[in-house]
Amino acid sequence: MATQLATHIVTFQLNGRPHAVTVAPLTTLRTALREDLHLHATKAGCGQGGCGSCTVLLDNELVLSCLVPVTLVDGRSVTTLEGIGGPGRLHPLQEAFHDHFAAQCGYCTAGMIMAAKWLLDRNPNPTRAEIQMALAGNLCRCTGYVPIIEAIEDAARRMSKGVKR
Amino acid sequence: MSVMRGRGIASANYPTGMNLGGDPTQALVFCQPTGTFSVKLASTDLGQGLKTVIGQIAAEALGVPLESVVVDTGDTDSAPHDMGTFASRATHRAGNAVIMAATEAKKVLLEVAAEEMEAAPEDLEVRDGQVSVKGTPQRTMSVFDIALAAHFKQGRTISGRGIYLKPKSAIDPETGACDPDSTEAHVTTVADVEVDTETGEVTVLRLASAYEVGRQVNPQMVQGQITGGAVMGMAHTLMESVFPYYPALDHHPGNFGEYVIPTAVDLPELHHVVLEYPSSNGPYGVKGVGEMTANSPIPAIVNAIHDAVGVFVTELPVTPEKVLRALRAKEQL
Ligand code: FES
Ligand code: FES
Repeated sequence: MATQLATHIVTFQLNGRPHAVTVAPLTTLRTALREDLHLHATKAGCGQGGCGSCTVLLDNELVLSCLVPVTLVDGRSVTTLEGIGGPGRLHPLQEAFHDHFAAQCGYCTAGMIMAAKWLLDRNPNPTRAEIQMALAGNLCRCTGYVPIIEAIEDAARRMSKGVKR
Repeated sequence: MSVMRGRGIASANYPTGMNLGGDPTQALVFCQPTGTFSVKLASTDLGQGLKTVIGQIAAEALGVPLESVVVDTGDTDSAPHDMGTFASRATHRAGNAVIMAATEAKKVLLEVAAEEMEAAPEDLEVRDGQVSVKGTPQRTMSVFDIALAAHFKQGRTISGRGIYLKPKSAIDPETGACDPDSTEAHVTTVADVEVDTETGEVTVLRLASAYEVGRQVNPQMVQGQITGGAVMGMAHTLMESVFPYYPALDHHPGNFGEYVIPTAVDLPELHHVVLEYPSSNGPYGVKGVGEMTANSPIPAIVNAIHDAVGVFVTELPVTPEKVLRALRAKEQL
């Protein structure tokens, strides 16, 4: 269609800083993050809400960014993997994923870490079954999940030690 | 109407290397002025860890630290030829090619060093990025300084070419015998399952395997292949089908709600041991590991279902519908 659709300006907090994007209606949060803001940790998997590779936090709740129109985040706060840590300042979850070899191709990793962060923010000392349930919406083709679960258990231990210190 | 338990066993021999034109892979290794070595490969890293193990192999063969090796993979336009990254062949094929290329590069490195250090090349050795005169460790020179001398003084390239090829084996017309592969890895898996005879559902309780994989270049990565492969094998057995009513293409899955793979809550108990019997022709004794880890769980689970309820469902995936149909057919016998 040649008709030019109206664009929207959306402003929101992204990883603790104000950002604005100018987007066509129904642009997803995932597309805005990856293509307009060039943050590529959040992955584009199925685009149907089925794989979890696009998982981010919206006002500290887990959302699948492929299902969220970015206009809905206007005035709200979004956290992506880039916002919780990076080279030289790794989050304990990132450290533990690294140490436990919890990524092979890495396509699921950002979503897994965001789901794990959501869990540990609410439940700093989860059981293995609680970790498994928290990851149930995130698919991994490579690892068989075991190293991911072990990394999250280890991160929980590291973080609880950090609090005591 | 009950839940029945069963145990099944299956073994596999997994061949590394195919009888297709010798199944070759090539590699190039060259030294930068910084003393860093680049490895050029067309083989690619899909997450199985090829860059890491090739880096380890090159570092070992050159005598430099792992941080001094850059592995550049996956561009078939600019890298030397490779048959492809599949069939658990890459570490074996590319690893051998990289050792050959690194050995040639190291020979030049020692020739350049010999001129700088006024020694015979055969009296020199490289370790941890330092070249020294054997038996006289105080006479050393860093690979960095040798690289500088090669680039800016002697005018030499510290580089090497490598290829691995096992000539195609002809089939004996009398016996049909031939020698198609290079080496074989081995696995045996024991599966414990529960079968619900009312719903036809199969639950894998436990997968326990013994793997014989030759020399492990990186045991943590081998473990990653094993765990991922076990879960994938379970999924092939019970869940995954691209065209469930093949050859009719209706009802093919269009999303992850229909093409079902395991999630973190679907895991069986997993156990494994790894045995290492180095192969005679793999780089440092390597055999291929990855693919066979998803192979053995399939017949083991199918056998366990038979042990539990007395039916063999041999068409994958073993869905509840197929189990119930098989149970009904058995009753009607
Ligand atoms: S890309 Fe969003 S759930 Fe798959
Ligand atoms: S590491 Fe490949 S999908 Fe999880």
